[in-house]
Amino acid sequence: MSSDALVQAGEPAPGDLGLGSDLPRSGGARLSVWVLRRIALSLLTLLGVSIIVFLATQTLPGDPAREILGHVTPAQVAAFNKLHGLDKPLLTQYVDWLKNTVTGSFGSSIATHEAVTHLIGRRGLNTLALVLLSALISIPLSLLIGTISAVRRDRPVDHGIQTVLLTLTAMPEFVIALLLLVLFATTVFTWLPAVAVIGPGETAFQNPEMLVLPVAALVLAVVPYVARLQRATMIDVLESEYVHMARLKGLREGTIIRRHAMRNSLVAAIQGSSLTLIYLTGGVVTIEFLFAYPGLGSALTSAVQTRDLPVIQAIVLVFAAAYVLINLCADLLTVYVTPKLRTQFR
Amino acid sequence: MSTQAIELPAARAGRGRRSAAARALRQRRTQVGLVITLLVLAVALFGPLFAQYEPSAIVSIPAQGPSAQFPLGTDALGRDVLSRVLWGGRGLVWMAFLATALGVLVGAALGMLAGYSRSWLDDALMRTMDVILAFPQIILVLLFVSMLGTKLWLVSVLIAISWVPQVARVARGVTTEIVEREYIQAAEAIKTPARRILRKEVLPNIITPLAVEFGLRLTWSIALVAAISFLGFGIQPPNADWGLMISENREIITIQPLPLVVPAVCIALLAIGTNFVTDGFARAVARTSGGEG
Repeated sequence: MSSDALVQAGEPAPGDLGLGSDLPRSGGARLSVWVLRRIALSLLTLLGVSIIVFLATQTLPGDPAREILGHVTPAQVAAFNKLHGLDKPLLTQYVDWLKNTVTGSFGSSIATHEAVTHLIGRRGLNTLALVLLSALISIPLSLLIGTISAVRRDRPVDHGIQTVLLTLTAMPEFVIALLLLVLFATTVFTWLPAVAVIGPGETAFQNPEMLVLPVAALVLAVVPYVARLQRATMIDVLESEYVHMARLKGLREGTIIRRHAMRNSLVAAIQGSSLTLIYLTGGVVTIEFLFAYPGLGSALTSAVQTRDLPVIQAIVLVFAAAYVLINLCADLLTVYVTPKLRTQFR
Repeated sequence: MSTQAIELPAARAGRGRRSAAARALRQRRTQVGLVITLLVLAVALFGPLFAQYEPSAIVSIPAQGPSAQFPLGTDALGRDVLSRVLWGGRGLVWMAFLATALGVLVGAALGMLAGYSRSWLDDALMRTMDVILAFPQIILVLLFVSMLGTKLWLVSVLIAISWVPQVARVARGVTTEIVEREYIQAAEAIKTPARRILRKEVLPNIITPLAVEFGLRLTWSIALVAAISFLGFGIQPPNADWGLMISENREIITIQPLPLVVPAVCIALLAIGTNFVTDGFARAVARTSGGEG
């Protein structure tokens, strides 16, 4: 166990990333059983998520009928409650709501009357563009930085990288974005647009220059997490017996790193990718708000301002479902690419 | 490999902690972090005493550059930026501190309980944690703030809740490892009450990893509280707040970036400072406990 174990405490460390206690550990179970169990657990988590989202809406103070109708007679309140199923027991209300949610009928926005599914489709694409582009850049970049840092461990390069990474992890992404904005869009250089102006019929893909600053900020914010994870993994690998063996055989260091060490950090790369995607889903909220970027995050912010319940519920569910799905995929992939975990089931 | 791997012999835990702190203080990065943190904390906590103007008073023309009268210029509404910066850190510091303390406390308690119980309770607790983890933190806060309104204590409590699963995981890891040791089994065999075992045997071992957790969570609580204020769901106008100042002055960013940049730098420095200190401490702990690694 290297000293990095504790340095990484609470930070992404291999084995502490979503897979946690869920990775197969008993030798007796079959792989397919584990996969099914893992999927069932994901569904259970989603069910839990839906309960929290539903209960959250129940904490809304005040009587919805009076809030919406204003001053009305008790009979009118009763009629309203009956019409919207508010007179039924809480459990029945939840089941009805869950049925609608699963079939994708979220209703329409209270503020704009747009169908919620339509809004999510439109805004979701923009957010997806932001997230995927940031992930595509940050994942290889962080693996590279992590590897360099591990290979040059405790040398000046490593110390420099560590300091920069520590600085970046601490900074909220919108602060990074703001500093970039001031530097590149307003005062020092005026190369890039300061806000994302994307027309109603357009998507982010048609306006690539609008994506530069938001993506740059997200990349800078997320790179440290995976880079530190990769560094810790590489250090473990570089200290392993088969790497010592390869060195004793007289292989060149470059070959060892490329052919032996890098390949074994594949699991870290998978978990790192899932971590990146998960981090980005939360990170887009402030970034989209800062750049007035028309995505799910800014839609959520304005929905919270206007208490637009259907929109809030739907977007929160989309984000949570994305988390569960990303984690599930990463765990399945991890088991698939790790011979040790796969064969443990025989 | 994971955070569960923290091994500290029970008897030496106390001494190890003290020498770890001393060791940490000898590192350049910890020293830099400590100086930065204390400076920003001083500005945040004692700044209001030195503010020349009322933070919410409109004193001049909007978006002015720095002058002798207004050292950092004026903001989008014509308020003194320096006075607002001096006033704008207090809420952030308290909220972040409260959220972290509460989150670490509850997370540690639940983690120890889960790790010690070795029963269905463990599974039930950790599954519930998984559900909370599925919400990106900022979204969990927004979900409940949208229903219950923007109350500062609520934001702190929600951030604390969002930390519970991660802290609980660490606490549970250490607890499970200790509980399997022979002396605990011996203590259980002679019917030592669970509370005594948790307090006398588990707690001393868990304090150091929890201290590291506290530092990490504090850094990110600062970032989260600032982000919530920035989105407009934290400290409300016309009060001064660093996060809020950034969104309030977005429209004058091209004319007068100072009202945005100064609070942004304050938030960044506070978070960076605490992160450097935590990192130094964590490294020192790793060296003290794990030999030279």
